[in-house]
Amino acid sequence: MSDKVKGTTTTITTGDAPAAPREPSSQERAWEKNTLRPTLEKSPERQTEFTTISGYPIRRLYTPADLPGWDPNRDLGFPGEPPYTRGIHSTMHRGRLWTMRQFAGFGTAEDTNQRFRYLLAQGQTGLSTAFDLPTLMGYDSDHPLSEGEVGKCGVAISSLADMEVLFDKIPLANVTTSMTINSPAAVIWAMYLAVAEKQGADWKKLSGTLQNDILKEYIAQKEYIYPPEPSMRLVIDTFEFGVKNTPKFNPISISGYHIREAGSTAIQELAFTLRDGMEYVEYGMRRGLDVDQFVPQLSFFFNAHNDFFEEIAKYRAARRIWHKAMVERYGAKNPRTWALRFHTQTAGCSLTAQQPYNNVVRTALQAMAAVLGGTQSLHTNSLDEAWALPTEFAATIALRTQQIIAHETGVTNTVDPLGGSYFVETLTNEVERGAWDYIEKIDAMGGMVAAIERSYPQREIAEASYKYQVAVDKKEKIIVGVNDYVATEKALDILQIDETVAHRQAERLTKLRADRSKSEVDRRLNALRKTAEGKDNLMPFLFDAVKSYATVGEICDALREVFGTYEEVAIT
Amino acid sequence: MPEKKIRVLIAKPGLDGHDRGAKIIARALRDAGMEVIYTGLRQTPEMIASAAVQEDVDVIGLSILSGAHNTICPQLMTLLREKGMSDVTVLVGGIIPEADIPAMKQSGIAEIFLPGTSTQDIVTFIHKRLAR
Repeated sequence: MSDKVKGTTTTITTGDAPAAPREPSSQERAWEKNTLRPTLEKSPERQTEFTTISGYPIRRLYTPADLPGWDPNRDLGFPGEPPYTRGIHSTMHRGRLWTMRQFAGFGTAEDTNQRFRYLLAQGQTGLSTAFDLPTLMGYDSDHPLSEGEVGKCGVAISSLADMEVLFDKIPLANVTTSMTINSPAAVIWAMYLAVAEKQGADWKKLSGTLQNDILKEYIAQKEYIYPPEPSMRLVIDTFEFGVKNTPKFNPISISGYHIREAGSTAIQELAFTLRDGMEYVEYGMRRGLDVDQFVPQLSFFFNAHNDFFEEIAKYRAARRIWHKAMVERYGAKNPRTWALRFHTQTAGCSLTAQQPYNNVVRTALQAMAAVLGGTQSLHTNSLDEAWALPTEFAATIALRTQQIIAHETGVTNTVDPLGGSYFVETLTNEVERGAWDYIEKIDAMGGMVAAIERSYPQREIAEASYKYQVAVDKKEKIIVGVNDYVATEKALDILQIDETVAHRQAERLTKLRADRSKSEVDRRLNALRKTAEGKDNLMPFLFDAVKSYATVGEICDALREVFGTYEEVAIT
Repeated sequence: MPEKKIRVLIAKPGLDGHDRGAKIIARALRDAGMEVIYTGLRQTPEMIASAAVQEDVDVIGLSILSGAHNTICPQLMTLLREKGMSDVTVLVGGIIPEADIPAMKQSGIAEIFLPGTSTQDIVTFIHKRLAR
């Protein structure tokens, strides 16, 4: 079936066509009879069923019989061209290695600045910022609810002053930065832009990523502040601002990582992430943005979990699905709209507290899957993931893991090395099919916001995570060192973060509030509140507010007054 | 006369929203025949202690992955004492450095369950602890 252009939409038929019956060749039948059957009679296989980690059954052997009607030109294509199965650039990692972008952040801005500069000196090629829970939830370090939490899960950022310290001696014009922040993302972005301005960096050339994916917060990570509609307004404000002012910056990283960490299957991770993406596209288009202008700036973020081939199939299917959706649903014409760009993080939830050095191995294998799947950017977890934030020692091994894959394994010598594998192409088709089923189900519910309000993705994830735990408890799934190959061991040296961070922050905030102009802060917060009540883009007002040294908490509280706050209906 | 069901409060104290473990434990304990109340997210120690009193629970399970346990746990244990709930079994699950465990147990926390614990181990612990 070939492309048919009908006005502004094109129908594409790829591997998502309904599965044709499997008809083995006569040679395959002969093999089954003459070679396989005698083997099975002598020694049956180790399990009655082999499945991916997501529970998808895997055949003993994949042959051309598994790909009836598969058309390499239509379904595989060439890298850098639709349907992008093989990758979004024609030379992929031969042209440019993925960005080695280690997620880092703890303690004060000074602590994290030091870790940032250490990692850059060790060869990482991009920054990625972890913020602490108070910052993530829009509270200052000295808020009562911040007690015990300051600097523990990431860096404490309460104001532009902290942000300036965070990027001290780091030229934002030359280093790309990712910021893992969601509900207060627009506020933190305004601070980042203010630091860039102060450094003399040109916004038009500024490159980086803001996570800013509120839909997955309702679905999985639960770091929401405001209800869905005002939260989506804030996100689209960043898109609108980004199109005009920061064309090289990704105002969003549409994430599956957290969905997977919450316990979803690979297909759920893929489907919910891409359907989130479509929801953002639709909201953006409703705002009047041109799909071919703003969508090229949207980026994605996937997990790299344990099942090697399922993950590779997932990334390949992701690119194919996104291209099809952009063309068929939104009439996109710009190839940069069609090409899905993604960052990957290896699966934190797969790493164990027991025998933590085994985690180096897990992370390496997961990272390999991400590379073979064509990721643009990668974070590898540290061996102490299940105990604490990474020590410098553990973070270095994690970075070296990527460097070894890049320079020693040869997997970057060719593009999409697994392309054409009967197994990988079949699995790619199957994962794509499974994802479309979910996507269409969510369409029928009225979209992702509607599905979230019905707790649909939340329930799917809770179900999948429980099934997985039952399998582990029953030892149907083996986790080395945990439910098998157990051994006694001594404690690991881990990173300690104590309350001195909180005390320093409290002192700083006292000084900040004394030094700044209260009347100016109040004036700008009032302007912000007024704009929040209306429909104008909030970014310029957030920018003004942060430059007057209004704090994260003050700004988020001003928005809480207008938008209200959100409480989920808990599903267990 | 049927034995009174064990009543468990599963709570997420502090700002952290990662609830995969808490929800799985809640369901596993329910499947094991216990009455389980899940508090939902972003609970303060006050809210948890009040819920424990209101729901008249035998066990409180705290899920803490944020590193805030050294602040949250002492506060909760104090509140439980003040409310006359010292005989409630308090369990903690999550990311807890081994070095912090002795002090937590000294403060009255019955057990700390680290990543990799099976749900069956928790069920067994509760049954043994409450001798029913």
